[in-house]
Amino acid sequence: MNVSHIGPPEPLAQRLAELRGPAPQRSLNARALAALAANPGCRRRAVLDAAGIDKGAVAQRLGRPAPFGQSPFAIARGTMFESRLKADDYAVLLEPLRRHLGLPSDGAAPLAVPDLLRRSGPAVRAERTAAALAEAAADPSAWTLLDHPLLRLTVAGSPAYLEPDAVVVHGGRCTVVEIKSFPVLDGSADPAKVGAAARQAAVYVLALQETAAALAGTTVAPGPYAVQALPGSPELSVLLVCPKDFSNRPTAVSVDIRRELATTRRQLARMTAVDELLDTLAPGTSFDLAPDQAGLPTRPVAELADAVESVPAAYGPECLSSCELGFHCRAQARCDDRVEQLGRGVRGELGSIRTVAGALAAAGPAAAAGDRESDEAAARLSYAAALRAEALGGCAG
Amino acid sequence: MSLLGTLARLEAVRSGRAEPLATVRHRHLSDRPMVVVPLTAAGESGAPLAVMLGTDRAAPRLHIVPQPLNRTLRFDHLAGFAADLLPYLESFGADVEQVEGSEKDPETGEKTQVLRELCADAPQVIVPNGAGVHHLALLGRSTRFRRTAEDADPGPYPAPARVPLLGRWLTHLTDRAQVPGSSLLLPMTGLLARHWATGQSQLEDQHLAALLAWHPRPEALRDGRADGGPAGAAAAELAETARDGHGQLLHPPAGPATDPRFDELVLAPAIGRYDAAVTALRDAGPQERERAQRYVDRTVERLTEALENVLLPTWRDVWHGLDLLRALPPAAHLAERWEGDRWSYTGHRDRLAAGEPPQPRQDDAVTAARKLAQREREQVRLDVQEALDDPLAMAERRLAGEAFTGEVVEVVPDHDTSGRTPKPRPLVTVRTADHPHADLGREAHRTHTATPQKAVIAAVDQEAGTITLRVMSGMGRKKEPEPGSLPEPGERVTFTLFELTARQSAPLPEPDDTPWTHGGPPGPPDHARALGGAGAPPAAPLVAGAPRPSAVPQSPDASEEWE
Repeated sequence: MNVSHIGPPEPLAQRLAELRGPAPQRSLNARALAALAANPGCRRRAVLDAAGIDKGAVAQRLGRPAPFGQSPFAIARGTMFESRLKADDYAVLLEPLRRHLGLPSDGAAPLAVPDLLRRSGPAVRAERTAAALAEAAADPSAWTLLDHPLLRLTVAGSPAYLEPDAVVVHGGRCTVVEIKSFPVLDGSADPAKVGAAARQAAVYVLALQETAAALAGTTVAPGPYAVQALPGSPELSVLLVCPKDFSNRPTAVSVDIRRELATTRRQLARMTAVDELLDTLAPGTSFDLAPDQAGLPTRPVAELADAVESVPAAYGPECLSSCELGFHCRAQARCDDRVEQLGRGVRGELGSIRTVAGALAAAGPAAAAGDRESDEAAARLSYAAALRAEALGGCAG
Repeated sequence: MSLLGTLARLEAVRSGRAEPLATVRHRHLSDRPMVVVPLTAAGESGAPLAVMLGTDRAAPRLHIVPQPLNRTLRFDHLAGFAADLLPYLESFGADVEQVEGSEKDPETGEKTQVLRELCADAPQVIVPNGAGVHHLALLGRSTRFRRTAEDADPGPYPAPARVPLLGRWLTHLTDRAQVPGSSLLLPMTGLLARHWATGQSQLEDQHLAALLAWHPRPEALRDGRADGGPAGAAAAELAETARDGHGQLLHPPAGPATDPRFDELVLAPAIGRYDAAVTALRDAGPQERERAQRYVDRTVERLTEALENVLLPTWRDVWHGLDLLRALPPAAHLAERWEGDRWSYTGHRDRLAAGEPPQPRQDDAVTAARKLAQREREQVRLDVQEALDDPLAMAERRLAGEAFTGEVVEVVPDHDTSGRTPKPRPLVTVRTADHPHADLGREAHRTHTATPQKAVIAAVDQEAGTITLRVMSGMGRKKEPEPGSLPEPGERVTFTLFELTARQSAPLPEPDDTPWTHGGPPGPPDHARALGGAGAPPAAPLVAGAPRPSAVPQSPDASEEWE
């Protein structure tokens, strides 16, 4: 995780740092940024992410650690596939680039791969990437491949560093190349995985737009569908490179990410409005785990739970697979008897009824007479309960 | 999820245990099902790691791949899997009954009587969850095109003889599993979720152990706890997250993906030891060979043990689920739907016997259209039959305004005298608390009658809560209705606003007449696949006059890289 303390401390950044305490800031990576789009209504996640708080550590301290992890086999497979593509001067990767981006095959236009100083610190690498991008965009006839460039994106007032797998620059425009190890089987891939890759790539495109704007000395156009036409601007479709069928040979698909780009921009715009969320917090609120010298948290659990509780969450069962605090929020939803524990759709179905007890009361025989006119949802529930009782009673008798 | 389903979930939250969603069992369960619990190696889709299978809960068979990256070992594993699964699948092929059907002569167009073979029973494979079905489909896709040493051109990496056959069976089973109401291949989570509601979301119901945590634990699964442990949400959370001192889940997920912590702390070291032992064996001198071989065997044993520990809890869960389902009385229409599965099985058996090529990677336009039409038809049939079999399923339709139940208050004889002979058209008035979408003139169908009975809604009195219907059919051919064909006052009746039989869809063209808009007639390799994955009754010809290729066509898949 990249630590970033660059630029003059702004009041917002300062307030977020207070929430975080002395712990190092978790910089937002592309995955985390893309995951924000999954649950845009969750203030808890928005505040904790903006402050760069390690949600996994918080969840651990609260007694319900996130069950996430990646198998070493999956990591090895991903690394192996990417290194195979990039072996022998990118020999295997060139084929999909030729087919989809029009890279000439006869060697008339050699592919330049500038050194992006991968061993340096993030700020140096980002500067170097920007310079290499400017240089590559200046010559429209040249083909340049930026291997693991580092891009800077300002999120909620602080910079986040993002590392796409590759960016190809030609004709003054660039294309994000995303290498994934899930297969394209008989021409189609798992839609959930493609969607996740597209959201991730959209974050890279956004960062490239910001880089191109910075090179041109302007700012990124505010509209979600504005087309940027500056030197080095990114294309709005990205190249997804995956293994073909069950082999290790690559196949590439061009993925249009305009929709994901618009969503991500909206999310990030919301994050800069995080100060409004902060205004509602009690003064002195902190998510500091107060680690001792061995790094073990000493913050009292009840105090931390209260702090987390003070920021409202929008829990849904989907959170269990995408947010570190999912199990904690589920336990809270169950404790508060909220109907969201059964799924987001249930909430819509039950209208103004928010608790399980309330719904069951509305379904019960007592409520049937009184509430019928006032609340349509209650009336429907009561009717459903009568039908259910009739069907089950008929079975028993 | 419907409101009735939501209500059942709410009740389950309160009671802490699963609440019924059905009063009868809506899927056929074989007397001798084959339970298959597969595991996959992380990172590569369709890469097998292990499989536990068998028809006897006391004697599961386990096959593992000691090094999932090794292609030869994978094929050995699949050969072992095939040796256990194929005899079971093939054992149902011999016992057949003869069924009369008619077939249209392709040249003269005349209908002739033919006798068809229909297998008396069919196999049934049960996997833990939907991801297990998907994994078997991937295995089928990755093996059905493999060449074996017996082929004329075996290629550089021939597969063991029965592996492509395994792939074709797995493809057929997973394809059939797409047909609503079919029971050749069923995921246990889907079966349980159809019959009981838990106090958690559908997403969490995908975890078999968490789903079962809402059911009372039988003695054998209680881990020595007298009270059966916590109930409901707490038990489900324990199943999802509880870990032992080594960081391993007490109840491993049903797979096919394994827990990443298991991969990291148990599986990877064990595979590493196996690799080291194999290297040592390769480098061993003649004197050390025996010892090195013993060491390899021991590392394989330890891997087997680790994987067995991960698989056994799920194995027991699947059998526990079967016990729960068997306690429900079977629905009335199960035998009828199971016959569709038997036709599907018989059709695949016949295609294999006829030496047809494996199922293509992608269906041609006609096959795809037929499959889609079949699935739509079966969905309608399933919905209707479930509603007829189960008052809870009918309650769903009543809640949706598609049916109503009530007490007959009046039957008034009336006649249609417009024709030469008067026909009975009596008026039946029903008092109901339901709110059906009963527009005047809309057709309604009375349920549970000996002959289908149609009626038309003649009057609706919302204040009195009555609906009057004019009965149009199902009363015999005489002037007065046959005795017993009409309901008596005081009798409870149910009318549906949907038809009680699935409509036949419009006929589709023969493969050779595929219009150019849909790619034109298929090319030679796909020619023989007239009706892929068919479970169609004999009304639709199974192999529609399409010429069979004399030999297996050259397939580009044969050279597919697979490592």
